[in-house]
Amino acid sequence: MANNSAVQDAPKKLTMRDYKTDVVSDWCPGCGDFGIVAAVQSVYADMAVPNHEIVSYSGVGCSSKSPHLMQTYGVHTLHGRSIPFSTGTALCNPDMKVVVTGGDGDGYGIGAGHFMHAGRRNVDMTYLVYNNGVYGLTKGQASPTLKLGEQPKSLPAPNPNANVDPLALAISAGYTFVARSYAYNRKHLQATIKRAIEHRGMALVDILQPCPTYNNLHTKEWYGEELEIDGSMFPRTYDMEAEGYNGMVQNPNDPDEVTAKEVAALTKIRTKEERIPLGVFWQVEMPTFMDRLEAGNPIMAKTPSYKMNIADADGKPTMDLSDTYAELLTK
Amino acid sequence: MTTPIVNHFSWTIGGPQGTGVDSSANLFLRSVAAAGLYAYGKREYHSTIKTGHSYTQVRVSGTPINSHVDPVHLLTTFEKTAPIEHADEVVPGGAFIYDPAVTNPDELNLHPEVLKIALPYDQILDELAKELGQPAAKVKIMKNTLAVGASLALVDFDDQYIEKALGSIFKGRKAKLVPSNMRAVKKGIEYVRAMQIDGKSVVDLFPYRLDAQPEAPAQMIMVGTTAVALGKLKAGCTFQTYYPITPASDESVYLESMQGQYGINVVQAEDEISSACMTVGGALTGARSATSTSCPGFGLMAEAIGWAAINEVPSVFVDYQRGGPSTGLPTRHEQGDLLFGAFISHGHPPRMVMAPSDMNEYFEHTFDAFNYADQYQTPVIMITDKCLGNNTMTVDPFKEDHLRINRGKLASQTELDRLAELNPELRGQFPRYDFVDDGVSPRTNLGQKNGLYWNTGDERDIYGHITEDPENRLKMLSKRQQKLETALKEIPQDKQFKLYGPADADMTILCWGSTKGPLLDAMDQLASDGITYNVLVVKMMSPFPVEGVSDILNRAKMKVGFEMNATGQLAQLTRMETGIAMDHQVKKWTGRPISETEAVQAIRDIVKEKANEVVLTYGK
Repeated sequence: MANNSAVQDAPKKLTMRDYKTDVVSDWCPGCGDFGIVAAVQSVYADMAVPNHEIVSYSGVGCSSKSPHLMQTYGVHTLHGRSIPFSTGTALCNPDMKVVVTGGDGDGYGIGAGHFMHAGRRNVDMTYLVYNNGVYGLTKGQASPTLKLGEQPKSLPAPNPNANVDPLALAISAGYTFVARSYAYNRKHLQATIKRAIEHRGMALVDILQPCPTYNNLHTKEWYGEELEIDGSMFPRTYDMEAEGYNGMVQNPNDPDEVTAKEVAALTKIRTKEERIPLGVFWQVEMPTFMDRLEAGNPIMAKTPSYKMNIADADGKPTMDLSDTYAELLTK
Repeated sequence: MTTPIVNHFSWTIGGPQGTGVDSSANLFLRSVAAAGLYAYGKREYHSTIKTGHSYTQVRVSGTPINSHVDPVHLLTTFEKTAPIEHADEVVPGGAFIYDPAVTNPDELNLHPEVLKIALPYDQILDELAKELGQPAAKVKIMKNTLAVGASLALVDFDDQYIEKALGSIFKGRKAKLVPSNMRAVKKGIEYVRAMQIDGKSVVDLFPYRLDAQPEAPAQMIMVGTTAVALGKLKAGCTFQTYYPITPASDESVYLESMQGQYGINVVQAEDEISSACMTVGGALTGARSATSTSCPGFGLMAEAIGWAAINEVPSVFVDYQRGGPSTGLPTRHEQGDLLFGAFISHGHPPRMVMAPSDMNEYFEHTFDAFNYADQYQTPVIMITDKCLGNNTMTVDPFKEDHLRINRGKLASQTELDRLAELNPELRGQFPRYDFVDDGVSPRTNLGQKNGLYWNTGDERDIYGHITEDPENRLKMLSKRQQKLETALKEIPQDKQFKLYGPADADMTILCWGSTKGPLLDAMDQLASDGITYNVLVVKMMSPFPVEGVSDILNRAKMKVGFEMNATGQLAQLTRMETGIAMDHQVKKWTGRPISETEAVQAIRDIVKEKANEVVLTYGK
């Protein structure tokens, strides 16, 4: 028996099952979302994060149902508003891992304003965008990442809008980790998500994700195709870091290196290629929003907002305003 | 000399925005307050940075006051626009101080019995510059100080209190400015004291006097936005978000300036949608969180408020009403958001809507709002207004000894651990939205061990997972709505509504928010005319205190609605909730708050002329 209890006491090797709920997903068969959720769960298991120290945030849309599949705290917010909600949580409880998921319509369309300002603040959290070019939950209308003139079968006419480039937008907005991955490249996806979660600051992973029901242009088969380039065959997506690209800033205090890497990242993102590069385009360690706020708020720097003791045992407020009252008194 | 009128005085100073009108008014108000007098400062300004006429009217009294009056006893000006704007407001027997270099009083619409006091600012300040040995340009900025000195000389005010007030304005590194400013004050005093008209001293010709009341109890100089900010701090609010908007931002900027001292975290968001969402996201961690805004911003917060309501997140939203719709009158007063606020957000969000009606309530009901948010796990909306929000007045120091913080039903860690031990299959989940009789299920905060649950804007089950099951919907929506009934039962009646004045009065006046002020002030004067009334102030708009309000209205001999909007929104809400309609309605929607003078006239019109509806219009 003693032997058995020793076995029980040994730290349990966590698996993705430890981060799965019993909720049955209502995604379509063949949806790329399944792989992304599984990748995130595997990363949690790999990092052995206690479930209650994670909060899974999302907006509204197919992918935004992800938090219900995660055995963590879950906050499924409003369409386009996952970033401000999660920012509030990250600022009040910096001890939690805040991981936000959502779709391209949610994040780059209705939530585009918040998407941009999240970069300016550099809050320490991770934003995973499931990018499939359509609004799936409302039957496949064009999303902000669908290119001009493209017409998936769900569109009555070719898309009259040009697309936004979320990666270039993120870098110019101030995100300190910007990456792209692909839902069906599980190994790359998992590694990239892990790097994003481990990054201290605002991290974006734009995840290419086929919508099998409405986007018949960018399917799993299309992403998996081999392209003939200069007489040789190449997969459509490729790991650019394996081919020598390195977007990591080694010394954030060296403005020359920071500028050079930023220009290189934007150049890589905006250069027209037949293949689609995957990997981390840009990563730099900068003071987070919390660092900056704490610099002017020594009380909060010592005790995060959620931990502040606001009442004594009798319920009397602990806040003492007498200094301020003294200034307001007339005599 | 005529019979002196002691400690009943109204003073106006005006000019283009950015020329020192606010600092003059501040010095004047602080001086009379330091002398133990009661003051009420009404501030009017344009939605511009520079230019645009702004003015402040300070009413001073020997007893507490809650409103302004229309007559101006002394108009003080130091440039050319204010005289044109305000000359006609000065009462016969009043006085007018002006700069003869830019104003010719004969061209103004001034009553012939107004004392005209030419104050040659440039000449006096040039002299002062020489005496101080300072460049004239540096001394000229003290025009407003000189104006206050001259004004207070006319009412024979003891100048030691002006010096005290200067000391309270210029502190720390700026303290060295006190002596030179006091010299400017003295120059004004000397000039006015020496001035004669037809061989008589102007001070003797002016009947108004401000006599110090050194024995009067100490007061605080309070602005509504400050009172709300202090209520938040006292309640332990540790997270405040905002997006700049008039007239609400003053509260957030004030709190921002106190972050180092009190530890509150103030974050300026990219818009009001974001500030509302951030507040709710912060509140989920257990940190008391709030945001403040004004009408257009309040509109943008509607969806987040609904989300907070369905997810039962304790959060506080303060709306400072201004003129609407849309941008409306962005720097002017109105009570136009009651119906919008009481019904904000689609579906059936259980809303708690409070409307404080004086400075003390701005402080204390703000404190209460956080308790209610925690106790009933729902967003609490406080509807305030520009009038009290931006006006300055002397108030009794806030009482704090009775204040207690109530965080409501929180699941303790021991309970959570026991639950997890007994039900390993839950894997740390907690039935956050369990069905309970009072509708308030115990909650956990994000990050608590064994307290896992889910939030969603969808209808949900007891763990927070999405369900569209009709049976669950029936119970879950009822559970949330039940909380309002619980709140109505538990919240003390004097927090819900209050009746002022004699119970058996001829008339009951129904009002809310800052319109209470002029009604309380007008009571004595109308009683001496033989008109008695009581004032029913409703302070909790949702859930509405149907029984209590009905009881009072059913006993009323005559029912009068009295509001700062065009449609009588409280009268409408009251009729909807109680079935009781007002007999008469007083309204105003010019953006300028209702004065005591107007309240007196309106009530007389109703009693004597049997006017069904009185529309008030006074004020610039």
